[in-house]
Amino acid sequence: MRSDPAEYKLVSPGNLQAALSLLAGEPAQWLPIAGGTDLMVLYSAGKLPNRKLINIWNIPELGQIEVFPDRVRIGAACTYTALREHDIVSREFPLLAMAASWTGGIANQNRGTLGGNIANASPAADSLPALLVYDAELTLISVRGERRVDYRSFHTGYKQTALAADELIRDISLPRRFSGYISHARKVGTRNAQAISKVCLAALGQIANGAIRDVRLALGSVAPIPLRLNETEHALTGKRIEPSLIDTARKCAAKEIRPIGDIRSTARYRAAVAGNLVAEFLEKFAAAEANA
Amino acid sequence: MNPSPETGAKCEVLFTVNGEAKKVLAHPMERLLDVLRNELELTGTKEGCGEGECGSCSVLLDGMLVNSCLVPVAQASGASIVTIEGISAHALMNPLQEAFLECGGAQCGICTPGMILAAVHLLEKKPEPALADIREGLAGNLCRCTGYMQIFEAVARAARRRVRK
Repeated sequence: MRSDPAEYKLVSPGNLQAALSLLAGEPAQWLPIAGGTDLMVLYSAGKLPNRKLINIWNIPELGQIEVFPDRVRIGAACTYTALREHDIVSREFPLLAMAASWTGGIANQNRGTLGGNIANASPAADSLPALLVYDAELTLISVRGERRVDYRSFHTGYKQTALAADELIRDISLPRRFSGYISHARKVGTRNAQAISKVCLAALGQIANGAIRDVRLALGSVAPIPLRLNETEHALTGKRIEPSLIDTARKCAAKEIRPIGDIRSTARYRAAVAGNLVAEFLEKFAAAEANA
Repeated sequence: MNPSPETGAKCEVLFTVNGEAKKVLAHPMERLLDVLRNELELTGTKEGCGEGECGSCSVLLDGMLVNSCLVPVAQASGASIVTIEGISAHALMNPLQEAFLECGGAQCGICTPGMILAAVHLLEKKPEPALADIREGLAGNLCRCTGYMQIFEAVARAARRRVRK
């Protein structure tokens, strides 16, 4: 049943400190809301547990993309549109810009935020595998201070994160050292726009002296959390890309994931497609190297 | 806006709708869609899915295309909103309206206000869109009548006419 707006409170503190004070005053009571592309869906369906919301859409400190010599710092409330339109992000972090272009449609990209996607912690979110392969680091902030968390350790279980009840994600920091990598992203879903992925892949790789020097693979929709394929990466590092290696990687990836069957797909299909996407990346990777 | 003191309290929201300053008294979590339709009687904005999938409720919020079913009205405080009613004054309206009529871009009409708003938003950013741009620009707007090709052609035709002028 639809929610009654009279039962909800939404305040607009307008600045970060005031928002953090509210969160600290009554931890776990308040829920931050930015673009609302996830929370308003729950709200409309009568499934939003919190009755008190803090509007963080209009907080200037959360909306900037700052470029430093060694990293790019993305404010948590930056929208997908802002990411797509940002010159450095689209040039140096194409996997993120591409994932942003797959998220919803234009109207949702104008409202949906990267920090919101992270905090919502859906294992099917398209932008999260890109953050995993780019070694993203999160700054979490509360009245107690700031702390930095490797994004790789942020998701602790299905819809569970390292975020404390009084904390906000302030920014997402990406090191600027991947522009020399071959990158590949692929979403498999009923369609790119709007549809939620059955499987999506973000992959980066670098070859030196004919062998894989570094490879980074992350998949969405195949486990309770967005997943880095550590074992598959390990099996590939230092090797030459040959048909037998591609076959090994395909099998390793299919074994490493923990997919479920749900309304969008079956676990068996997801395992087969995950392996195929990794194989497709390796073929592209080898071809790019051959042409280099 | 003033923070509402208690759950259940309404707040005053001031914004500009189709160029006119408006003041409404609403619960801050009321959907912008409902305020537009019920309080301001701007019923050109349609509700389709109510969950940001179909684009029927598209409006421009400070020039950005948004699904008004996903915007709590308090977040529209101070904003400038343009609905399909306000688009009639837009320079793109005549070419779009003509092209939609000529190409059969509207049938039942429920998606049409959203399609027009999405097309305006696209053509403001890209006055000479490729077909891929049109498909992407309208990808968040569902139509169950036309099969889309007539709509894509209408937007392409409107863009060509506008560029020629």
